[in-house]
Amino acid sequence: MSAENGLSRRAALVKLGLFLNGVVGVFLAVPVVRYLLSPVTREKKFGYESWLSLGALEQFPVGQTRLATYKNPVVNVGDGETGDIACWVRNVDGQKFQVFAINCAHLGCPVRWFPQSNLFMCPCHGGAYYQDGSRASGPPERGLFQYHYKVEDGKLLIKAGEMPTPGQPIANKVGGKTTCA
Amino acid sequence: MRLIQQIGDWFDLRLQLGTPIRETLEHRVPRETASWFYVFGSAALMCFMLQIVTGILLALIYVPSAGEAWNSLQTLNHGVSLGWFIRALHGWGSNFMVAIVLIHMVQVFLFGAYKFPRELTWIVGVFLLLVTLGMAFTGQVLRFDQDAYWGLGIGASIASRVPVIGPWAVNLLLGGPIIAGATLSRFFALHVFVVPGLLIAFVGVHLLMVLKLGINEWPMPGRVVRRATYIREYHELTQKDGVPFVPNAVWKDIFFSGFILLAIAVCALHFGPFGPSGQPDPTIIQTAPRPDFFFLWLYALLSFLPPSAETPILLIGPAIGIVVLLALPFVAGEGEKSWKRRPIAVLTILLVAVSLGTLTHLAEHTPWSPVMDAWSSQPIPAEFLQGRTALERHGALVFQAKQCHNCHSLHNLGGQRGPALDAVALRLTEDQLIRQVIQGGGNMPAYGKNLSPAETTALVAFLETLHPANQKPAHNASEAIALGASEVSPR
Repeated sequence: MSAENGLSRRAALVKLGLFLNGVVGVFLAVPVVRYLLSPVTREKKFGYESWLSLGALEQFPVGQTRLATYKNPVVNVGDGETGDIACWVRNVDGQKFQVFAINCAHLGCPVRWFPQSNLFMCPCHGGAYYQDGSRASGPPERGLFQYHYKVEDGKLLIKAGEMPTPGQPIANKVGGKTTCA
Repeated sequence: MRLIQQIGDWFDLRLQLGTPIRETLEHRVPRETASWFYVFGSAALMCFMLQIVTGILLALIYVPSAGEAWNSLQTLNHGVSLGWFIRALHGWGSNFMVAIVLIHMVQVFLFGAYKFPRELTWIVGVFLLLVTLGMAFTGQVLRFDQDAYWGLGIGASIASRVPVIGPWAVNLLLGGPIIAGATLSRFFALHVFVVPGLLIAFVGVHLLMVLKLGINEWPMPGRVVRRATYIREYHELTQKDGVPFVPNAVWKDIFFSGFILLAIAVCALHFGPFGPSGQPDPTIIQTAPRPDFFFLWLYALLSFLPPSAETPILLIGPAIGIVVLLALPFVAGEGEKSWKRRPIAVLTILLVAVSLGTLTHLAEHTPWSPVMDAWSSQPIPAEFLQGRTALERHGALVFQAKQCHNCHSLHNLGGQRGPALDAVALRLTEDQLIRQVIQGGGNMPAYGKNLSPAETTALVAFLETLHPANQKPAHNASEAIALGASEVSPR
C-alpha cells in the first residue's frame, strides 16, 4: 500500500468520523429542541386554560368592581406566591359580569380601580380605562383584557391560566374591540 | 531569590509561556496612546472580573426559586455577615460596568478606532455591549421583587407583539403560561451560565484582536486611513515613535482600574444594595414598577410613543440600531479618524446623549403617570378656596373626590398627566369646560357618565374661578351677539 493511499484512506476515515458525529449530533438535537420548546408544545397539546372559581357571587355586589384572586391552574414546585393571580370583577347588573385581567393592555402592569372616578388607572405609563374596560386615555391601543366567565352553583367561574398579552389571539376573544375615547 | 528563579524556570520549561507573555507585555504601542483616554477598556474588564467574583459569592446564598429568591435576598441583606455589601458591590459594579462600556464605546467611536483594520474588533464590541445589557436585564430579574415581576410582564408584552410567533415567544420567555418559578430559573441560567459564557468568549476575541492589530493610534487631523497603506504606516509609527506597553502605558490602566474599583466600593458602602423592593406577589397591586437606571430611557420612551407607532418602533427600532452599529465600520472604514474633522460623528454622540439623558430624567419623574393618591393626600391650596361661593367650593370638593387632582396640578400639587389648571379659565370658556369634562378628549377620559349634572355645574363653576385676579376669564364673544340677535327677532 502506497503512502498516498494510506493518507487518502485516513482522510476518508476522518470524513466518515465527522459524518458519524454529525448524525449523532442531529439525533441528539431533536430531544434538546423538543425539551427547549416544551413551554410552547404543552400549550398546544393540553392548553394552559381551565375553569376556575373566583368564589361565591355574594362577594361581588351589584354595580361594583372588586378585586378577586385565584390560583393559577398550572403550578409547579417553587412557584411560591407567583401562582396567585389577581383580577377585577365587575358585577354589571346582578346577571351580567365582566372579569378584567389585572394586566394593562399596554405592557402588562397592574391596573388599579378607582371607584371615585370610575376609572382603571395604570401606574407604569399612564393608561386609563372606563368601568366597562374600554380604553379611556394613554398609550394602550385597546380596552382591558377580559376573561370568559360563567355562573355555576352560585359561584363565579372564569376561564384562565395564561398571562394575557397584547399579541395573544385568546386575549382578543372577549372585549377585544378598541373603543374610541 | 535563586530558589524563586529555579521554580520559575522549572514551570517555564514545561509551560513555555514566559517568552510569549513577555513579548505581549512589551509590545510596542504608539507613544500618544499611553493616555488617560485609553483606559476605559481595561476598566470595563476590571468591572467584569469584580462581577464574576461577587456573583459567585452571591450564588453561595441566593436561591433561584420564585418562592424563595426574595427571602434569600433578605437573608443576604440582613442575615449574612456583610452580605449586604457583596450585593451592593455587585449592583454598583453592574451600573459602573454599563457606564464604562458606554464611555469606552463613545471614545472608540470619536477616535475612529472602528476603521480599517479594526472593523471586527468594533463588531465584537457591539456584541459585548448587547451582552452587557443582557447581563444587566437578567440580573435585574434575579433580584426577584415587584419591579422584577412586572418588568418581566413588560418584556412578555413586548415579545407578544412580534407578528405570528408572538404568543409562543411569550411562553418561551416565561417558560410557561405565567411569570413563575420556571421564569426565574431560566433567567438564572441565562445570567449565570449562558450570557457570561458569551461575554467571556467575546472579551477573549476582542482582546486578541487588540493585541494582534495593535491599539488604535492617536487620531491626527489629516492623517487619513487608507486600506492599501494603513498597516505599513501603523507599523512604521510603532517602530519610530513607539513605547513598550508595559510599563509606559499600563500604569495608567492600573491606576484607573484601581480608582474605579474604589469608586464602586465607596458607592456600595455609602448607598448600600439595590432593593429588593416588595415581595413578588402578583396579588399586591399597590405598586409602581420601575426598571433599573440603564433602562429608564426605554421606560420613558414607551410612555410617549403614539399607540399606533409603538409596536413597529419597539420591534424594528432596536434591529435598525444594531444594524447601524454593525454596518458602521463598513460604511466608514476609511478616511479621517480625528473627531475634529468629523462633525457628524460628534453631533450624533451629542444627540444620542441628550436624548437618552432627557428620557432618563423624565423617567425619574414620570410626569405621564397619574399621582394615584393626589386626590386624598394633596389638598387644594387655600387661595383657590378663599372668598368662593358655596357652589364653587362644592366644585372644589368634586375636583378632589372625582380625582381630577391625580392628573391635574394646582400650584404644582397633583399629577402632571394633564395640563396644570392654575389658569384654565383663561384658556377655556364655560361651554368648552363643560364639553371637556363631559366628553373628555385630547387624552382625557370622558366624565359624562360619572358626574351628575349638579356635580358638573359645581365643578365648572370652580374651574371658572381659576384665573389670575387681574385677568378676566375667557368668554364666548359670539354668544352675546347670538343672544342679542335672538332678542331682536323673537320666535
